Amino acid sequence: MTLLEGEREVILKHVKEILDDRGTSRENLIPVLQQVQDKLGYLPDLAMQKIAAGLDIPTVDVYGIATFYNQFRMNPPGDHQFKVCMGTACYMVGGNIAIESFERRLEIREGETTPDRKFSLERVACVGCCTMAPVVLVDEEVEGHVTPTRVDGILLAFETETEKEEGKNGEGIEEKEERRSDA
Amino acid sequence: MKVITAVERYTELKTKAQEKVNSLQDKPLVRIGTATCGLAAGALQVKETFEEEIKNKGLDVRIQEVGCMGHCYAEPLAIISKPGFPSFCYGKVDEGLAKLLVDSFLENDDPCYEYAMVALEPNDIFPTFTDFPRDAYEKKIILEHCGFIDPGDIEHYIAHEGYAALAKALEEMKPEEIISEMTASGLRGRGGAGFPVGKKWSLCKDTPDEVKYIICNADEGDPGAFMDRNVLESNPHQVIEGMLISAYTVGAEKGYIYIRNEYPLAIQRIETALEQAREIGLLGDSIFGSPFNFDLEIFEGSGAFVCGEESALVSSMEGKMGIPQARPPYMAVSGFRGRPTVLNNVKTFAYVPTIIRKGADYFKSVGTSDSSGTAVFTLVGKVANTGLVEVPMGTTLRQLIFDIGEGIPAEKEFKAVQIGGPSGGCLPETKLDIPIDFDSLAEAGAIMGSGGLVVLDEDDCMVAIARYFLEFTQQESCGKCTFCRLGTKHMLDILTRITQGKGEMADLEILQELAEDIKMGSLCNLGKTAPNPILTTLRYFRDEYEAHILEGRCPACMCKDLILYYIVPEKCSKLCNVCVGSCPVEAIYTREDGLKAIDQEKCVKCDNCLKTCPPEHDAVIKLSPPVLPED
Ligand SMILES: Cc1cc2nc3c(=O)[nH]c(=O)nc-3n(C[C@H](O)[C@H](O)[C@H](O)COP(=O)(O)O)c2cc1C
Ligand code: FES
Repeated sequence: MTLLEGEREVILKHVKEILDDRGTSRENLIPVLQQVQDKLGYLPDLAMQKIAAGLDIPTVDVYGIATFYNQFRMNPPGDHQFKVCMGTACYMVGGNIAIESFERRLEIREGETTPDRKFSLERVACVGCCTMAPVVLVDEEVEGHVTPTRVDGILLAFETETEKEEGKNGEGIEEKEERRSDA
Repeated sequence: MKVITAVERYTELKTKAQEKVNSLQDKPLVRIGTATCGLAAGALQVKETFEEEIKNKGLDVRIQEVGCMGHCYAEPLAIISKPGFPSFCYGKVDEGLAKLLVDSFLENDDPCYEYAMVALEPNDIFPTFTDFPRDAYEKKIILEHCGFIDPGDIEHYIAHEGYAALAKALEEMKPEEIISEMTASGLRGRGGAGFPVGKKWSLCKDTPDEVKYIICNADEGDPGAFMDRNVLESNPHQVIEGMLISAYTVGAEKGYIYIRNEYPLAIQRIETALEQAREIGLLGDSIFGSPFNFDLEIFEGSGAFVCGEESALVSSMEGKMGIPQARPPYMAVSGFRGRPTVLNNVKTFAYVPTIIRKGADYFKSVGTSDSSGTAVFTLVGKVANTGLVEVPMGTTLRQLIFDIGEGIPAEKEFKAVQIGGPSGGCLPETKLDIPIDFDSLAEAGAIMGSGGLVVLDEDDCMVAIARYFLEFTQQESCGKCTFCRLGTKHMLDILTRITQGKGEMADLEILQELAEDIKMGSLCNLGKTAPNPILTTLRYFRDEYEAHILEGRCPACMCKDLILYYIVPEKCSKLCNVCVGSCPVEAIYTREDGLKAIDQEKCVKCDNCLKTCPPEHDAVIKLSPPVLPED
């Protein structure tokens, strides 16, 4: 993913702060990566290069660690994150059906972010609410019994929300409709 | 000058804590379960409703958050105690019920019996837990206080004998005595392998070194289990106390709780617990005035299943990739930073205080001769009462599933129980009478493992579940051993082909051979146990493999490539349009005669129409093999 405007500066600033705070022992590599991801939402290449330099280890070691552990993500999370539980109980009652529905609607694969960075889709292991399987975490809120219709419902709610917001920002829905018919 | 002993200091702490806890009983108290299961079911909204209603009515009632008491199927749970009444527990509380309870019970004196699930104390009016059929089988040691005490307040733990074992150990027991007590208790590690705790501690104690470490393994990698997390969320001090006793025994001053990053609530509860323990001097220097110093830190794991393996866990704490190492040397001799390290599972540590307080004989009196104590399981899947259960070792699977779990819902047939997660196996009906203990399960091809127990019914495909677990281990293999890395991939490819109806009978032999080779050729238990789900399903459910291969049929109608969705014309009501609206790809259309039908070319087999077709028609069915009936 290409960096957005101003993102480069933000990355450099946070990485520096975290390294200054944590110190430069190799043992700190994982906690540093965790903190950087906490701040930035993902691990951009640039951040990993800077961390390698800061801890004085080869960049490939940092890539190695970052790709070894499931927690680290290489692309930015969407404004809204969907995490589909693929724990045993959820899988058995249709967790994969839920993932496929999101993939179909968002036109991305699991692990990816939509190009407008609005939504991202991931799979997670048991979130501990097997009673409500299949479970999806929508921005960390638990949604239980997620059927494909429910997936549509969840996405629709976000769409209406965006439209409302855009309406507020002076761009009325009519205008948008107009633009659509122009296209 | 009189020396104040550890036990005296403890007694002082306890008296204070008990006074505080007793003083809470003068007023009505509402306890709400806010472990992850409760939160997911909406416990916070329920709590807010209680707060608001109580405030609106100007009542003097306290509200307290507690952990999980194991009845996850009935979350959100609330326990209401009011002087003059036994405490009542209410299940599936929503905002309406919360309002009603404030109105009727807290403001007036009607406990709304019709909504109460159980009373906590013996009484003449309402059944208690002892009247439940499951009570005859359950025996709570580490879950005893989970769901009843406030995990965010150390005094609640202390008031219930918490840290008494530590005081006793520090004052009355030499490290050797603790080790013989642990050995006598027969406690075996609960992280999967069942290694005797006394032996491990003794090895570490006898390895001379100035610096030693204690590590609690809270990585809990099994993708379908959550008991370690619930223990930490509901009663974190129990684990901390166990670690303290272990540290005193082997002579360690520093410990870590290695917990997965996906468990934010548990992490937060441990942080609070550590802070409070430090504040009153239970962590830090000269604990209880003794020469013993110990402190604990949290290390957040980054989500790799293999990091649950002890040597990989330690590597990852050192900032490296989590790759298992060959043993010996054992952890107890050379572990974290090359120092002697005791590494135990969350539950293992949680048993320690009880064993020290009540003695090895007590612990030994529960369970079987080779597996003493209790086993803790998450009971999930197709079973009526899902949740957390603790039973004496030796309980049979049948008792666990049918008496405690109350069987399979929706009048479906039991098919199998998956036990032990990705390293475990699937056992059929005929094996349900084997007792749950380390050795009997291993004999049947499964393992005790982490304690995840998933019940499967007639709608679950055994080939698909074997494939699911293999896909998991294949992805999580660290790649060090060739057989584990490539062998699992090869097996996965074969299983995938079978679920697509492209398998051959010869594949079954290859699977068997590969399974043996992977077991032999892998260093750690990830590889050594990865074939278990396949071996057990091949052993007990070979007919399902054969149906896929020979007939292109998935008996459970689960494998997508082997099924199609069909609307039975005789059942379809022309008047209803629900299925048409529910289809995400517009595959359902209305035929000329008004009946609905599915365009098989367009259908993505999402299951929506089957779920939405009203039960009075129940017209959508799955067919396997995927052949349309002739009109
Ligand atoms: C692939 C793999 C994953 C493991 N995951 C865990 C785990 O999540 N939690 C755990 O306590 N032990 C796990 N273990 C077992 C540990 O290696 C170790 O035996 C255990 O933590 C020791 O503690 P115990 O003696 O108290 O059982 C795992 C082992 C393997 C091979
Ligand atoms: S398997 Fe999905 S919540 Fe447990």
